Amino acid sequence: MIRRDFLKAGGALVVGFSLRDSLVAQEQVVRGTKAGPPDARQVDTWLAIHADNTATVYIGFAELGQGASTALLQIAAEELDLDMSQIKTVRLDTNVTPNQGGTYSSASINRGGPQVRTAAAEARLALLKLASAKLNAPQDQLSVSKGVVSGSGRSVTYGELVGDKPFNVTFTGTAPVKPTTEYKIVGTKFPRNDTPAKVSAQYTYMQYVRVPGMLHGRVVRPRGQRMYGAGAKIVSVDEASIRAIPSARVLRKGDFLGVVAENEWDAVRAAQQLKVIWETPPALPGNAGLHEHMRTAKTEDSIVLERGNVTTGLSGAAHTVSQTCLGPYHAHAPFGPNCALADVKPDSALVMCSTQDVYGTRNSLSRLLGMPAEKIRVQYYEGSGTYGHSCYDDVAQAVTLLSQLAGKPVRLQFMRWDEHGWDNYGPAHLGEVRAAADANGKIAAYEYQGWQHGWSNTETSAQLIGTPTSEWPGGGVQGVNRLTCGGMYDIPNLKLVNHKLPVTAYLKGGWLRSPLDLSFAFASEQAIDQLAYLTGTDSYEFRKRNMTDMRWLGVLDAAAQAAKWTPRKAAANLSKANLVTGRGIGVGTHLTSYGGAVAEIEVNKETGRVVAKHLYGAIDAGQVVNPGFVESQIMGQLVQTASRMFKEEVKFDQNGVTSLDWASYPILRFDECPEVTAVVVQRLDQRSTGAGEEVMAAAAAAIANAFFDATGVRMKQFPFTPARVLAALNGAKSA
Amino acid sequence: MQIRVNERSWTVNAAPDTRLLYVLMNELQLQGPRFGCGLAQCGSCSVLVNGVETRSCVTPVSGVEGKSVTTLEGLPAWYAAQKKLAKAPALHPVQQAMIDEQAVQCGYCFNGMIIKSAELLSKTPRPTEAQIRTQMNGHLCRCGTYPRIMKAIQRASVAMAGGGR
Repeated sequence: MIRRDFLKAGGALVVGFSLRDSLVAQEQVVRGTKAGPPDARQVDTWLAIHADNTATVYIGFAELGQGASTALLQIAAEELDLDMSQIKTVRLDTNVTPNQGGTYSSASINRGGPQVRTAAAEARLALLKLASAKLNAPQDQLSVSKGVVSGSGRSVTYGELVGDKPFNVTFTGTAPVKPTTEYKIVGTKFPRNDTPAKVSAQYTYMQYVRVPGMLHGRVVRPRGQRMYGAGAKIVSVDEASIRAIPSARVLRKGDFLGVVAENEWDAVRAAQQLKVIWETPPALPGNAGLHEHMRTAKTEDSIVLERGNVTTGLSGAAHTVSQTCLGPYHAHAPFGPNCALADVKPDSALVMCSTQDVYGTRNSLSRLLGMPAEKIRVQYYEGSGTYGHSCYDDVAQAVTLLSQLAGKPVRLQFMRWDEHGWDNYGPAHLGEVRAAADANGKIAAYEYQGWQHGWSNTETSAQLIGTPTSEWPGGGVQGVNRLTCGGMYDIPNLKLVNHKLPVTAYLKGGWLRSPLDLSFAFASEQAIDQLAYLTGTDSYEFRKRNMTDMRWLGVLDAAAQAAKWTPRKAAANLSKANLVTGRGIGVGTHLTSYGGAVAEIEVNKETGRVVAKHLYGAIDAGQVVNPGFVESQIMGQLVQTASRMFKEEVKFDQNGVTSLDWASYPILRFDECPEVTAVVVQRLDQRSTGAGEEVMAAAAAAIANAFFDATGVRMKQFPFTPARVLAALNGAKSA
Repeated sequence: MQIRVNERSWTVNAAPDTRLLYVLMNELQLQGPRFGCGLAQCGSCSVLVNGVETRSCVTPVSGVEGKSVTTLEGLPAWYAAQKKLAKAPALHPVQQAMIDEQAVQCGYCFNGMIIKSAELLSKTPRPTEAQIRTQMNGHLCRCGTYPRIMKAIQRASVAMAGGGR
């Protein structure tokens, strides 16, 4: 029947399609009723053209607040010659949207852009074939504007050609893409499509999703995680302690514990009042002993990169620098704690959550339930910004367990202390840098040794029901980064050594926006800056002298020009006043793209308070689809970097984490927010690369170097809390 | 119990000590106030109670009996009443300014940011940057949108002075 309608509606539609293609039409199923992922080589997987001449694009990347859902539509609209008002997308759903992999590593445009562009180009080619037959005009004489195809003095709309019927076209692999010189939509600052709803209470965040007959759930865990690997073992649960809340039920599987109630407030109170005795966990090093513990632990060592001979390069040079720098654990701390809703039935499950990867989460839930993945449907609802692997997978697992135990749909909202206390933290780091420059101000040798553990691969909920802890596979991005650690400079003798710590002896780790790069750049770029200082060279000039890559030079120049940088040696204007100012410059990245930054800061030598007054950030991310969004991303990165450099540090003692809310884990507020200047170095002829995290390392470096410029003292550890700043200044005085 | 929210009277079934936020989200099904910390630390749950910015996550529902609660949904009408406009605009000027400045990233904090900005502008129509920083300091944003929020408040201030658009 579908095929008959298809042919009737399409008229000359079969022209250009093979017999096999039209037979496939008979098997066409209603979208959303079958477990995905749909075949990525079918145009229908990616696009539907509606009778009203609008289009729906099916995209496998999540809107996380970065504007990706708008930017990917810009790419599709550009290729299809549609207006942005004619095109929309749908929520991610394992029964509907293609599997493009997870929305991480700033991949939406980098990896997703070409996929969407290819799909749109294939669809355009198929539409032109249909139009050619309909208009009786050769394809190469057709033109398209706003979904209207014209040729031979006549025109037809996409909607008239396809109108809600499937394409049934397999990718040809040869569909031409539009030359960048003809772009009208890509490269422009189109406003975000989600903003009006978000400012007017019309946007359905995950936290607002409800289904009929559901219960409200809360997990019950110790406040603050213990050593990863130790879990949290229940000694006893006193169910009588919540007898005063009759609607509440205690649910338990192994050490996984939760409560459900018909009323949310009852669930909140029951979770807080339930008396549970937990086993005393094995001892953690705590903040005070952390870095010493890391430095002396048994590690798995590897050489990340080596060229020339660092030992001879260091020994023979005119100027050398050697320093150890320490970085803390940082929390994702999404502004709204993660939330999820599950309806688990004996043979199927529907889970709504804020995962960065619907198909990845479906696999993890399949393992958790022992249910085939095709029986599980995962739908994405945006929560608050996540900046990496926050508790979105854990909350999805926890609510799945609660729904299974309760036999009803359950909505689970993590409390602030669940999210802060059981996060996959960005790991702490210890970096040792040795570097040398010759008398001409050229870097002669550079060595970086880094200590940190990797990422956990067992969510807390799974761990509590008895799943063994494991480590996230693949080492590259979990260790010393060859790009941020000296990779932008031409250095003849270089050695990068990674010291991997055991994942189970510390806190639970995970990827957090620009993983480890703030720590790397803090150490590495201070060493480079110190070489500039020792050689009597301006910091910007010294970096230029040691770079030949035009794209690194491009962002360095862009940041310096935005800040109106004037050459002088660092720390040349030291003052005896209590309130002093300084400026610093730095470069860095994460996996791809190029970041440069300048910081202007103010240091109060009496109180130890450090405030960034103005931060400048420049990025070269190749072809930037929407420069407005990338400016927003740069702004966010600069402010978040200031927060992480001045305020943020996960506190923990022997038993576990004690940073459980915004009082015990402070972040930057309005009163200390810097002015920001964002510069996009647009390169339309280059492949698009990530833009969500690559300025942070540069900004961290610039802030550290600005501190030296203001005080003549190098900070060895961040965040720059008043106590740490005063200790550094006093230490320098007495030394 | 009867409570007045967005100039409408609602009968609610919740126990008196239930936090107002849960009543607004679950019984009234509003999508402005939202859970952020439950500790009055972040501002994501903010509403106006008799025109004063209030953290609904720690306010018992019984505490607003006999008072007038305004959520993000009711902000344009509240503004129209303040300004004695014949008709409520689609958006409060500060909501429009947040769009014009493209201030939003994930947008989760914007309920509180907009509620607090509206309160600020009702008391201080032409705030200085220092006043904005001080008044807004109890509201957190994790995406780092503070610079554009400050610009949006100033933009709204200008728009409001120009005839209360």
